[in-house]
Amino acid sequence: MEDLRVTKHPILGDQEPEELVEITVDGKTLTAIKGEMIAAVLMANGIKVHRHTHKSHEPRGIFCGIGQCTDCVMTVNGRPNVRTCITPVEAGMVIETQEGFGKRRV
Amino acid sequence: MKKEVVIIGGGPAGLAAAIEAAKCGAQVLLIDENKRPGGQLFKQIHKFFGSKAHNAGIRGIDIGRQLLKETEECGVEVWLDSAVIGLFADKKVAVLRNGTTVTVEAEKILICTGGAENPLRFPGWTLPGVMGAGAAQTMINVNRVLPGKRVLMVGSGNVGVIVAYQLLQAGANVVGIVEGMPKIGAYGVHAAKLRRAGVPFFLGHTIAEAKGTEKVEKAVIAKFENGQIVKGTELETEVDVICIAVGLRPLSELAQMAGVQHDFIPELGGWMPLHDGDMETNVPGIYVAGDTAGVEEANTAMDEGRLAGVSIAHTLGYLKDEETVQKKNEIKDRLNALRQGPFGERRLNAKQRVIEKGEAV
Repeated sequence: MEDLRVTKHPILGDQEPEELVEITVDGKTLTAIKGEMIAAVLMANGIKVHRHTHKSHEPRGIFCGIGQCTDCVMTVNGRPNVRTCITPVEAGMVIETQEGFGKRRV
Repeated sequence: MKKEVVIIGGGPAGLAAAIEAAKCGAQVLLIDENKRPGGQLFKQIHKFFGSKAHNAGIRGIDIGRQLLKETEECGVEVWLDSAVIGLFADKKVAVLRNGTTVTVEAEKILICTGGAENPLRFPGWTLPGVMGAGAAQTMINVNRVLPGKRVLMVGSGNVGVIVAYQLLQAGANVVGIVEGMPKIGAYGVHAAKLRRAGVPFFLGHTIAEAKGTEKVEKAVIAKFENGQIVKGTELETEVDVICIAVGLRPLSELAQMAGVQHDFIPELGGWMPLHDGDMETNVPGIYVAGDTAGVEEANTAMDEGRLAGVSIAHTLGYLKDEETVQKKNEIKDRLNALRQGPFGERRLNAKQRVIEKGEAV
């Protein structure tokens, strides 16, 4: 799945080596670049569904990518409704697909 | 807490305004809800248009870096990761910062919170993989991740066409660009790059459906006549991303909250705050600039920001009358130059209407 990262780019140049951290997404361990947005590491790993809606349980993912629309919210470290497109990953972060409004555990 | 000038939004308009006002001696606080200022400049890796005075030939990302440097040099106080959640009477600004609310009393407020992408409703539009073109642009150019491998772009305006090209640069395959109108909306120079790359344009077509269970797997496009899909003309293609580039609208919730008079100006994105020739609204001391004051582009946003910055510095007593007139005229000349040609003229006329209405309020 690593091929979804844009490592080479005609304008931006090669991606410089960055510090890596491990996070957990729905129980699975993923390697992320320290400080990148949660949505970015999910996308790099082909994970597109961030949550299911409350009433009809429909899948939702990234829509605006800049923190405006709240479509991409997930449960992060036990806290629901975190906008994953503007929240940077931290080592050991626990991320879960959110069902409906989610349940606050912290 | 009291501040002379509070600028809400650290994109091109806000940064340019902050630099201009601070250089004249005003005490400026710039507030942005993001972790990094610059707004959407850092995803604009293409070269800008216009004359030399308009940064022509310079990439948005480099303009952003320059603005940040100047902001730092002229002593602007910057609060990041801080969301303005309310504007109250007597120009009180409520800011959510470090988990708590702070109230800042300002003498002058500039609202430049930018714009938001318009959605487009069609069967399957909520499926993961259907996203704003700006979201895809952020993903490839800022986060350096491809949202997918096969992309359909809906909308052939500048955003649609530029993002489609940048998706190619990032390594995606753009299967086509769908445009409801009979001709391409973008500048010829951008559209030509895609033509040369062999990306097909489907003019007079629209997106009919996004298919998939948990995410987009297929797109159905069809001929579009008189605002209707023509049955029997459907074409189906495998895609994993459908990008929507059908315009933006001004973000002006804070201006509405402050009692600023609004009007519907279709050429500038719809419902928007009215303002006078110096970017001040009908609420004395509250200014607007950039996409909040009508959706245009980063260059016009910067100049509108500078205009607001000069006006603010003048009314606070930091600029003499003569100098102010000279500076304002220079900026207004540049803005007029940016609003020329077949694309700019509509905006020029619309802006003149906004200002006439704004001055009559």
